[in-house]
Amino acid sequence: MLELKNVSKTFHPGTVNAKTALHGLNLTLNDGDFVTVIGGNGAGKSTMLNAIAGVFPVDSGAITIDGKDITNLPEHRRAAFIGRVFQDPMMGTAGTMDIEENLALAARRGKRRGLRWGISKVERQDYRELLSTLGLGLENRLTTHAGLLSGGQRQALTLLMAALVRPRLLLLDEHTAALDPKTAAKVLELSDRIVEENQLTTLMVTHNMRDAIEHGNRLIMMSEGRIVLDISGEEKKRLTVDSLLARFTRASGEEMLTDRVLIGA
Amino acid sequence: MDFLQSLINSLPGVAGQGLIWGLMAMGVYITYRVLDIADLTVDGSLATGGAVSVLLTLNGMNVWLATLIAMLAGMLAGLITGMFHTKCGIPAILSGILTQLALYSINLRIMGWGTSAGTQATLAIRVDNYDLIVSSRYVRELSLSNPLPVLVIITAVVIAVLCWYFGTESGSALRATGANRQMSRAQGVNTASATVLGLMLSNGMVALAGTLLAQYQGSSTIDMGRGAIVIGLAAVIIGEVLLRGRGKVFTGLIGCSVGAIVYYFVIQIVLRLGLDTNDLKLFTALIVALFLAIPYWKGQLSIRRRSRASQAKEEQNNA
Repeated sequence: MLELKNVSKTFHPGTVNAKTALHGLNLTLNDGDFVTVIGGNGAGKSTMLNAIAGVFPVDSGAITIDGKDITNLPEHRRAAFIGRVFQDPMMGTAGTMDIEENLALAARRGKRRGLRWGISKVERQDYRELLSTLGLGLENRLTTHAGLLSGGQRQALTLLMAALVRPRLLLLDEHTAALDPKTAAKVLELSDRIVEENQLTTLMVTHNMRDAIEHGNRLIMMSEGRIVLDISGEEKKRLTVDSLLARFTRASGEEMLTDRVLIGA
Repeated sequence: MDFLQSLINSLPGVAGQGLIWGLMAMGVYITYRVLDIADLTVDGSLATGGAVSVLLTLNGMNVWLATLIAMLAGMLAGLITGMFHTKCGIPAILSGILTQLALYSINLRIMGWGTSAGTQATLAIRVDNYDLIVSSRYVRELSLSNPLPVLVIITAVVIAVLCWYFGTESGSALRATGANRQMSRAQGVNTASATVLGLMLSNGMVALAGTLLAQYQGSSTIDMGRGAIVIGLAAVIIGEVLLRGRGKVFTGLIGCSVGAIVYYFVIQIVLRLGLDTNDLKLFTALIVALFLAIPYWKGQLSIRRRSRASQAKEEQNNA
C-alpha cells in the first residue's frame, strides 16, 4: 500500500556539509505490515519517515500510498492518511492547549476546519472513554494543558491522536527513545495494542534491537540511506540480537554499530 | 491636592484612550501571544485605519461603513505581510517591517487623495460637521455623545466575537499553529494559511483601533502609529501580570483593555510628576523592556540556584 521508488534526498547540496541521507531508497509495504526500522546514527531512518510524511520535498523518486502519488503533496494534506508520533514528547501535542482540544484537533485531521464549534459535547464523552482505556487517569483531566503531562503521558496521548482518525499509515519515529525504560515499555505496549485494534500499517523506527525484533512482523535495517536488510515472517521470529548484529555487519560491511544501538540492545 | 484633582479630572480621558488602545492591543495579542509572531505591520496599519476611515467619512460615507472598510484595509495589510512571510520565505518580523515601511507611503497617498499634491500627512475631521462614533470632546460630559459607553460596547462585542472565533474549528487550528507548528501540520492544519489568517485578523483589529483613534482625536496623522507595537505589547503584558492569566483567550483579551487603561493611567501620573512629553517613548520602551526581561531573569535565577544547589551537594559528597 506504501511504495517508495528510488527516493533520494541530499541535505545542504553543493556545500561542504552536503549529506546524502537517502540513496535511491526502495521500499514496498503491504497492507497490515508492522515494520520495525533499525540502523546506526545517520542511516536515514528518520529522514525516510519525514520524506513519507512530507516534512521536506525529496530530490528524486516517487512516493505512493494506495496507488496515489503523494510525492508533491504538502505535509498537512498527507496528514489525512498518515498518523505520526515523534521522538520528542513535546512535539506531538500542543502544550498550551487542553487535552480535549488536542484530541479534537486530531479528530478533524483531513477534514475542512470551518466555523463550527471546535469540540462537541458528544466528542467530550467519547474522549473521556477513550482516555480511560489508557489507565493513566487522564479521563478526569480533559481540561488540563497537555504541557503539564509527563513525557510518557504525552506520548500516549499522541498515539491516541494519531489513531483517532484511522490512518492508512502510522509513523512512529523513535517514540520511546526519550522515555525511561519502564515508561518506554508501557508506551510500546500501547502502540502494539493500537496497531492491532485498528489493523494499522506501521513503520516504527527504534534504536533498540530487542524492541525491533520483538515487535512487528517485519524488520528492515538501514545503512547510508539504503535498506540493507529486510527480514519478515518466520525468519524474523527466529532472530536474536546476536544474529541480527552479525547479519548487519555482513550486509553493510560496517563493523561497528553506534554506541547507542549497542547500549539499546 | 491639585495633583490628585487634576489626576481625577484626567480619568475619563484615560479610559477613552485606554479602551481604544485596548482594541489595538487585542490585535497584538492575536499575533504575539496566539500565533507566537512579533508583527510590526501594526505601526503602519493603525495609521491606515485612521486614514481610510477619515478620508471616506470626509467624502460623505456613513461613518460605520467607513470604519468597516478601514478594517478591511487593515486586513489587506496583514494579508501582504502574510504573503511576504509564507509565500516569499521572509522572516515574519522582517515581513512586518517591510509592509510597515510601504504603508508609510501608502498612508500619505490615502490622506492626499484628491489633493493637488497627491500626498498629505494629516487629515482633520471635525465632530461638528460629521456624525462620528467617538470624540474626545464629550469624554467628560454626561450625555449620549459621551464616547465611553460606545467604546465599552464595541470592546465587549469584539471580545465576544473573538472568543467565539477562537473556539471554532478554524480558530482552534489557528491557536494550535501558534502553540506547535510541527504538530499542527501533522494533524492536517495548513499552518501557512492559519498564519496569514491570524495576521489579517490582527491588522483588522489594529485598523479598527486606528479608525476610532482618528475620530477620537479629530484627525488622522501619518505618525499616529509610531511605536504602536510597543504600546500594544505593554498593554498585553500589563494585563497578563494584573490578571495572572496566560493561555485563556478570554482573560487575555480582557487583559488587553485593562492593561491599556492602566498604561495610560501610569502615563498620566508620570506626566503630572514632570516627565517631558518628548521623553514618553523612551519611558514606554524601558517599561516594556523591563516587563519582557523579568520572566527571563526569573528563569536564569532558578537555573543558577539549581546548579549552585547541585554543586553544594557534590562538594558535600566529595568531602
